[in-house]
Amino acid sequence: MSAGYGKLPAWVDFGLIPLINLIVAFLVAGLVVLAVGENPLRAAGLMVNGAFGYGEGVGFTLYYATNFIFTGLAVAVAFHCGLFNIGGEGQAYVAGLGVALPCLWFDDLLPWYLLFPIAILGTAFVGAAWALIPGWLQAKRGSHVVITTIMFNFIASSLMVYLLVDVLKPAGSMAPETRGFTEGGQLPKLDWLLAAVGFDIGSAPFNFSFLLALLMAFIVWVVIWRTRLGYEIRTMGHSPTAARYAGIRESRIIIITMLMSGALAGMMALNPIMGDQHRMQLDFVGGAGFVGIAVALMGRSHPVGIIPAAILFGMLYQGGAEISFEMPEISRDMIVIIQGLVILFAGALENMFRPAITTFFATLSGARASASASASE
Amino acid sequence: MNEIAIELKGIDKSFGPVHANKDINLSVRKGTIHGIIGENGAGKSTLMSILYGFYQADRGDIFISGAKTNIKDPRAAIAAGIGMVHQHFMLVENFTVLENVMLGAEDGQILNSSIAKARAELKRLEREYGLEVNPDALIEELPVGIQQRVEILKALFRGADILILDEPTGVLTPAEADHLFRILRQLKDQGKTVILITHKLREIMAITDEVSVMRRGEMVATRQTSATSVEELAELMVGRRVLLQVKKGPTNPGEVLLEVDNLTVHDSRGVAMVKNVSFTVRAGEIVGVAGVAGNGQSELLEAIAGIRKLETGRSLLKGEPLTGVGVADPAGLRKRGLAHVPEDRHHMGLVLKFEESENSILGYHDDPLYVNGAFLNIEGIRKDAAEKVEKYDIRPPNVRLKTANFSGGNQQKIVLAREMERDPSVLIIGQPTRGVDVGAIEFIHRRIIEMRDAGKAVLLVSVELDEIRSLADRVLVMFDGRVVGERDPGTSEGELGLLMAGVTQAREAAE
Repeated sequence: MSAGYGKLPAWVDFGLIPLINLIVAFLVAGLVVLAVGENPLRAAGLMVNGAFGYGEGVGFTLYYATNFIFTGLAVAVAFHCGLFNIGGEGQAYVAGLGVALPCLWFDDLLPWYLLFPIAILGTAFVGAAWALIPGWLQAKRGSHVVITTIMFNFIASSLMVYLLVDVLKPAGSMAPETRGFTEGGQLPKLDWLLAAVGFDIGSAPFNFSFLLALLMAFIVWVVIWRTRLGYEIRTMGHSPTAARYAGIRESRIIIITMLMSGALAGMMALNPIMGDQHRMQLDFVGGAGFVGIAVALMGRSHPVGIIPAAILFGMLYQGGAEISFEMPEISRDMIVIIQGLVILFAGALENMFRPAITTFFATLSGARASASASASE
Repeated sequence: MNEIAIELKGIDKSFGPVHANKDINLSVRKGTIHGIIGENGAGKSTLMSILYGFYQADRGDIFISGAKTNIKDPRAAIAAGIGMVHQHFMLVENFTVLENVMLGAEDGQILNSSIAKARAELKRLEREYGLEVNPDALIEELPVGIQQRVEILKALFRGADILILDEPTGVLTPAEADHLFRILRQLKDQGKTVILITHKLREIMAITDEVSVMRRGEMVATRQTSATSVEELAELMVGRRVLLQVKKGPTNPGEVLLEVDNLTVHDSRGVAMVKNVSFTVRAGEIVGVAGVAGNGQSELLEAIAGIRKLETGRSLLKGEPLTGVGVADPAGLRKRGLAHVPEDRHHMGLVLKFEESENSILGYHDDPLYVNGAFLNIEGIRKDAAEKVEKYDIRPPNVRLKTANFSGGNQQKIVLAREMERDPSVLIIGQPTRGVDVGAIEFIHRRIIEMRDAGKAVLLVSVELDEIRSLADRVLVMFDGRVVGERDPGTSEGELGLLMAGVTQAREAAE
């Protein structure tokens, strides 16, 4: 009786439902725009055009998307183990040290292509270390990662303010940031990539770390679906009792998963620090850790879903900035509201339309089945 | 007594593509006990849920005592005089009997007058139907059989004339079941109508007046119980002839393979669930552990499988230590030849969201057959799964299908195939046929006996006494965490039943 009920074709599950959620989010956002006295259609046009209409916009969109791919993957890996890592923000923030310190030390000595691997390892290591403590507490002491990772975000924030203001700030500077890196600490832009499709990225900071993000998406897919470790992680995530039955060591898997999650979140720091600003600034993460939660939810924790979801949020960031520039009525905060609506509908209310759609498709296929049955009679 | 209590006409219900009830007609005469049997998924529960207002039929009418009645929710069902005793009790554990009986049927916001009235009413019901219960006892302190009585009282308190019981004996000892049947007969004598849903054919034969058989959503037959036989009913249920009694040759026990020595196990609250249990299982024999659910069998099984920590004792495989205090390593036990079919396949034996092939390696996922270094050998896994699917006739034969979409019997076969095909020395099995249809039961029983005949040591835990008696070569009876006796499987059900209820001293004294 339960067999077949609640099953949906994959294209509905992964395509139609996210699309409907998105459309509803934009409809509600349109009402908000209408309420402040602007034309929602024009706002939508500005957003799409600002994000994809010209080379520089595309560059910015993909630059933001790079951040969200890293943090989205981080959240997704933890989801597969049944863990909710809300600490991507703090893990990425602290992991800034993993890229900034090597760049400060070696930017005069090493070319970027040697410094980049060091920085990758550095960010992954520091991010993983920052996630290790909550992971260890969850595995050994049962302290819930949702609580501990949130708290670690605050610790990360205070720690980085201290380091940037009191330790890393060059003498005589007023800004809470490191000195700028020389050439060795600067990732090349991917202008040639967009030039190949006829776009000129102008001043957009679209850089090499985007390729690393794509590579990481592929590696995450391989690890989760094609390795023994991934099998154990998924078993644990779906059914901890089955994992215990299978002899999978719970605490080991929790800790490994949190290390992987933290490392992925940490790598996000490469994009703004080495790819864009060429220095480490206060609050360089800018909420990307939290957006990663929405990206992972919307992408159904699968890399193939996470990349488009990250690009969508890149569009919201870039196109949103464009709207607030063109429409003075719509402030920066309004854009945050619109982003919040997308997160609400795509993430938190992910299952809102599912029952209705399931019923619809069930009736449809039921009708088809009985039609073919009566045809064959 | 030919008045009709309930008449269903043309009841039809679909859940999406699943046609759960097809044009069902049923008449239940007033003042009778009417059995409804059928395999899992035959549509019995759906039909009863429609009758009790949980679901609405797509088509068809319900007549109660001749009047067409629209039952749109359980409240309407209660108003129409229908009461339901669920398989899983709907009682508030830390309320008293009286409070549970009243719950949802209070007169107003101030409880005092309701309490007095309920107490008087309980007294009356107790007198009339022989349903003795202390109204001030806490539910959690009552044995399961009494809790069930409270469920019946609840229904009667609400004025039920028609009582539906869904698999009522699953959690009872034989003695408790007998007592329940006495109560049901008494209810019948007082003019109440009882609908009994069960898959136990013997109960149908013992207590019902009429029996209706469902198969694949259809009502295939209704018989006078006195005019039918167990064989006929089984055949009607399955749609073909079924071998009810497994054929089994004499046992030829060899060396001791599994030795359990002074095992004590606590549950998560630190309460001792298994107390100093020792026994052995030899090669080529099936040792059955009988007992009412909750007397420590589950914990014993999980402790031997290395999933639960031991407080004292150890177990040995071929004389080599297997588990001990501080040693819990299910993966290591598997490698050394211990296979475990867990009691709860939904939460333990399978990951329901996995593909069939992924479940076919659970626990063996580091075997070189399935992995190349750190990577899964997807091809090898699927090929191996496909072979098992064929050998165990798992349907549908699709190793990429999500496990949740297989029926209970086929899910159980997935677990059995995984555990049996590894050629273990010791096989421990919990509830091999729980929620499994009759056709698959036959297959599973045959496989278990084949394992025995191949010289494996089999430890079988089941709450189905019939299953234990027909499969086991020796029967251990557990009560309150202890093995209270060892008997031959030919021992009368009455004697085993007494042991299961913990009556040992009285028996020994009588001897």
